[in-house]
Amino acid sequence: MTTSPSPAAPSAAARAERLTKVYGEGETRVVALDEVSVDLASGAFTAIMGPSGSGKSTLMHCLAGLDSATSGRVFLGETDLTTLDDNALTRLRRDQVGFVFQAFNLLPTLTALENITLPMDIAGRTPDREWLDHVIDTIGLRDRLRHRPNELSGGQQQRVAVARALASRPVAIFADEPTGNLDSHSGAEVLGFLRDSVDRLSQTVVMVTHDPNAASYADRVVFLGDGQVVDEIADPSSERVLERMKRFDGSRGQHGQEG
Amino acid sequence: MLRATLRSLAAHKLRLLLSGVAVVLGVAFVAGTLVFTDTLQRTFEQLFTQTTTDVVVTPEQEFQDTSGLGGVTATLPADLVDTVRGVDGMAKAEGIVFTAGVTIIGSDGEPVGVMGAPAFGSNWSDDPDLSPYRLTDGRGPAAEGEVAIDSQSAETGGLAVGDPVTLITPGPRVTAEVVGVFRYGTSGNLAGASIAAFSTAAAQQLLPEPGFTSIEGMAAEGVSQEELAARVQAALPAGVRVQTGAEVADEQAAALTEGLQFINVFLLVFAFVALFVGTFLILNTFSMLVAQRTRELALLRAVGATRAQVTRSVLGEAAIVGLLGGLTGLGVGILLAVLLQRLFALIGFELPSEGLVVAPRTVLVAVLLGLVTTVVAAYLPARRASRTPPVAAMRSDVALPARSLHRRAIAGSVLFLGGVAALASSPAAEGRQAAALVGLGALLCLVGAIVLGPVAARPAVRLIGAVFARSATGRIAVQNAGRNPRRTATTAVALMIGLTLVTAFGVLGASTTASTDAVIDDVVRTDYLVSSRNFLPFTPEVATAVAEVDGVGLVSAVRVAPALVDGAQTVMTGVDPATIADVLALELTQGSLADLEGGGLLVDDGQAVDLGYRLGQQVPVAFQTGPTSLRVVGTYASTGGFSGYVVASSTLDEAGLTPLDQALYVQASPGTDAAGLRPALETAIEPFPVVQLQDQTEFKAQIRQQVNQLLTLIYALLGLAVLIAVLGIVNTLVLSVVERTREIGLLRAVGTTRRQLRGMIRVESVVIAVFGAMLGIVLGLGFGVALQRAIADQGIRVLSIPWGLLVAFFVVSGVVGVLAALWPARRAARLDVLQAVTTE
Repeated sequence: MTTSPSPAAPSAAARAERLTKVYGEGETRVVALDEVSVDLASGAFTAIMGPSGSGKSTLMHCLAGLDSATSGRVFLGETDLTTLDDNALTRLRRDQVGFVFQAFNLLPTLTALENITLPMDIAGRTPDREWLDHVIDTIGLRDRLRHRPNELSGGQQQRVAVARALASRPVAIFADEPTGNLDSHSGAEVLGFLRDSVDRLSQTVVMVTHDPNAASYADRVVFLGDGQVVDEIADPSSERVLERMKRFDGSRGQHGQEG
Repeated sequence: MLRATLRSLAAHKLRLLLSGVAVVLGVAFVAGTLVFTDTLQRTFEQLFTQTTTDVVVTPEQEFQDTSGLGGVTATLPADLVDTVRGVDGMAKAEGIVFTAGVTIIGSDGEPVGVMGAPAFGSNWSDDPDLSPYRLTDGRGPAAEGEVAIDSQSAETGGLAVGDPVTLITPGPRVTAEVVGVFRYGTSGNLAGASIAAFSTAAAQQLLPEPGFTSIEGMAAEGVSQEELAARVQAALPAGVRVQTGAEVADEQAAALTEGLQFINVFLLVFAFVALFVGTFLILNTFSMLVAQRTRELALLRAVGATRAQVTRSVLGEAAIVGLLGGLTGLGVGILLAVLLQRLFALIGFELPSEGLVVAPRTVLVAVLLGLVTTVVAAYLPARRASRTPPVAAMRSDVALPARSLHRRAIAGSVLFLGGVAALASSPAAEGRQAAALVGLGALLCLVGAIVLGPVAARPAVRLIGAVFARSATGRIAVQNAGRNPRRTATTAVALMIGLTLVTAFGVLGASTTASTDAVIDDVVRTDYLVSSRNFLPFTPEVATAVAEVDGVGLVSAVRVAPALVDGAQTVMTGVDPATIADVLALELTQGSLADLEGGGLLVDDGQAVDLGYRLGQQVPVAFQTGPTSLRVVGTYASTGGFSGYVVASSTLDEAGLTPLDQALYVQASPGTDAAGLRPALETAIEPFPVVQLQDQTEFKAQIRQQVNQLLTLIYALLGLAVLIAVLGIVNTLVLSVVERTREIGLLRAVGTTRRQLRGMIRVESVVIAVFGAMLGIVLGLGFGVALQRAIADQGIRVLSIPWGLLVAFFVVSGVVGVLAALWPARRAARLDVLQAVTTE
C-alpha cells in the first residue's frame, strides 16, 4: 500500500459511513440501506452484488450523488456528499463522477464524439485532447466518432458510454448493470474495456451487477442483502461468485437465475 | 373500445387540457360574438316596438338615406296634425319634431355622447302613448329656454336639473336650462345617441321650415293599425308617407340588422382565424399522444382491434375533447358577451339590460364548431395511429413510420410558387380582379407555407439556432427543436398565421397613413382646416364666424349630401366653384370648373370610364328632396382630395337641402402670418365645440391616429390567434419534456444544472417562436406589398413598410418564446434525476 495524503480514508475513492436510506413512510416504509459502511478503493474495480431488493442499486446511486442519504455520510474522494445542495451535487457529478447505465446512455441527437465530451461541453471546458485521444484509441471506435447512437451496435453504444465516463478523468466511474442489455460477446467487450481502464488508466470503477461472470472481472465483490453488507470476495472468479449468490437463493428461495 | 378511449382520455387530462383551451378560446370568440349581436338586435327590436305608435306619417322622400349624413330634414305642414286627428278611429295624434345635429355640450365644454353617434333634437310630449320619453327627474320643457335631456347625456355631461346648458344646433347656438332628465323607453339613451327635447315651438325652430318631421297617432279601441293607416292615407294629400307602427319598427330593425351584420362578420373573421390556429395545436397534441401511445395502440391491434377501431378510438377521444371544449367555449362566450355589454355601457353606449339572447343557433354553432374543429384536426393523427403495426407492442424501439418529406416538398412548392405568381401578376390586373388575385395568391402562399413548413423546419432551425451554438446546452436545444420537423413546423406555423396577418395589416396601415400624408401634402393648399369633431355636418354659422376673423383671406366650405345617381345611392360633394381650386388641387382632365354652377356635375376619371359618362351628358340625380337632372361638365383625377361626384353647393341649396358644412378650408390673406392667425381662429370657433381647427400637420396626425386606432383593434382581435399559437408552443414543449424524460434524466445525471436545463427548454422555445415569426413576417410583408400594389389606384398609392414595427414583432416573438418556455422549463428542471434515468 502506498501512503495516502488523507489519513481519514487511505486510498478510498468512495466511502459510505453508516449510510441509511429509507423510502416511503408508514405502511409503505422500506429500508433500502441499513447503516451500510463500505470503503471502495481507489484505482480498483469493485463489483456490488446482491439479489433484487438488496439495496445494491441504491448504494451505488447514493455513492454517485444521484440519490440522497436518509442518514449517515457518503464521501467521494474528500467530499462529503451529504452536505451538498443540488447544484453542488450536479457539478460534482459533472466533474468527478462517470456514469454508465444499463441502457439509454447516449443522447440520440449527438454524435458519438459529442456524447463522449458532453459533460465537459456542459461545463464549458475544453477536453484534454491528449487524454481524449488516448481514451478513444482505447475503446477503438475512432472510425465511428461521427456516427449517431442509432447507427452503433449495443456494445459500441456502451463503449461510447464508458469513454464518456472516462473522458473527464473522474474520481470514480459508476456502472449500473452496464452489460444487462448486451449479448455475451458485446458484454465481454465492455467488461474488458472497464478492466483495461482500471489496469491501464488507473481508473476507479464501481459496478452493480447480478451477473457472476461480469463480477469476475472485478478486483473485489461486495455482497449486499436486505440493505446490509453481508459478505465480500477478493479476486473473484465467476464460480465463486455464483456459489455465493446461490446461498442467497437458498435463504430467500425465490431469486432464481437472473440476467 | 369505448372504455379504452375514455381511460386514455382520463390518463392524458393535462395534455388534452391545452388543446381544449385552444378550442374553448376559439369557440368562445364565435359564441360571444353571436350572443352579443343577437342581444343587441333583440334589445333594439324591443326598443323600437315599445316606442312606436300605431300610425306614423312622414314626408315622402326620394329614398331612405343609409349614409347617415343626413343633409335634409323634410317637414310636414303643421296643419296636417289636425287632419290626422280628425280621421275616424284615431284616438289621439301629435306632431313630432325629431332632427339630427343638436349637440349637447357638457359642463366640461365638450360635446356629450359617443364619438360619431348622432345627436338629436326633439319636441317634448308628456303623452306616454305617443312619446318614448320617460322623465326620471324634473319636468318636461314648456317654454323657450327650457330643455330636457336624456339621462345618459346628463350623466356623462355632468348636467342636472337646474343647470344651464349649451346646445349646438344646425342653426344658432342655443343656451337653455335643463328642466328635466328622461330615459328613452327603458334605455338611458337611443343606442348612444343623445337627445335634447324642447317645447314644440322651440323645437320647430330647429327645422328649416316650420312644421313637424312626423305625425304619430294612436288608434281607438277596435281599429287595427292597417285600417287606420289606410284611412289616414286617404285623408291626407299626396307627398306624405303613411306607415303602421309595425312597419316602422320593422324598417328600423332591418337597418340595424344590416349594421350588426357587419360587426358580426368583422368579429367572426377573427374568431375563425383563432379557431384555425387552434386546429394546429390540436393536431400536434393528438400526433404526440398517438406517438406516445404507440405500444398501447399496438397492443390493441395485437389483441384484435381493427385499424378502423383504432382510428375511431382516437377520433372518439377528439370528439369528447371537442364537445367539452365547445360547451365550455359557449359558456365563456356568454361571459364575453356580458363583458362587451359592460364595456359599451362604460363608453356611454348604454343598452337596456333585457338579459342575454342565447339563440339555439348559437348553442348549435358552438358545439358543432368545437366538435368538428377537433375531430378534423385529429383525423390525420388518428389515421397514423391506425397504421401502428401490432408488433410494436412487443418492442420498445418501433416508431411509427415517418413518411418522406419529398412529396410534401413538391406539393408545397407548387402551391407556394403558384401563390407567388398570382401575387406578382396582381398589379397588372384591374380593380376587383387585382384584389381577387391577391386573395388567391395569399391563400395559395399560406397553404403552401403550411405544407412546406416541415421541409423548411430543419434548415431554418439550424440557421436560427446558430446564435445559440456557443454553448453545449444551446446546441442540444437547437437539435431538439429540429428533431421532429413536423411538430416544430406545426407549432411554428400556428404562430406564423397570426404574424402574417398582423404584418400584412401593419404594412397596409403604414401605407394608408403614408398615402394620406402624401395626398394631404399634394392636394390641400390651405393653412387651416375646420372640421367636425364627431363626423357630423355643422352649421354654416361657423363659416361666417371664421370669415369675419381679421386676416382670413379665404374660407371655402365643402358639403356632402346623400343622393341617388342613376339609381345607385352615393354621396355627393358640394363645393364652391369659385374658391375650391385655391384650397384643393382639383385637377380637371376635361371640362371646366366654371361650368359647375347651375346644375353642373363633375365625375372622377375612374367613374367616368366605368359608367361611360361624356361631357354634356344629362345624368338623372335624386336628392332626398326630389329628383333633378345634372349635366356632366368635367372629369377630374381622383388623386385623393375626394372621389366620386362633385356639384356646386348652390345646386344642393336649390335642391332644398339643409345647408350644413362638412369641412372648411381656411387661407390667410396675402401678407398675413398664418401661424399668427391661430388664436383669433380658435376664438372664432370657440362657441362651436363640435368643430376643431387643424393645420396640415395636425390633420395628418389625426388621420394617422384613426388608422392606428383601427389597427390597434385589429391587432387586439388577432391577439387571440397569437395567444393560441403561444399556447401551442407551451403544449409542444410540455409534451416534448414528457417524451424526453429519459434524456433529461441523463443530462442531469452527467452534470447539467437545473438552470442549464431551463435554458435549454427556453432556447428550444425561442427557436420555434422565431421560426414561426420569420415565416409570418416574410409572408405578411409579401401580402402587404401585394395588397398595396393592388389597391394603389384606390388611394393607397404609397408603399410604406413599418420596419420598426416588424423588428418589434420579431423581438416580441422571441420574448413570447421565453414566456412560453417558463412552465415547461420548470417541469423539466423539477424532474427527479433517478426516476427520469430509470423511467421506461
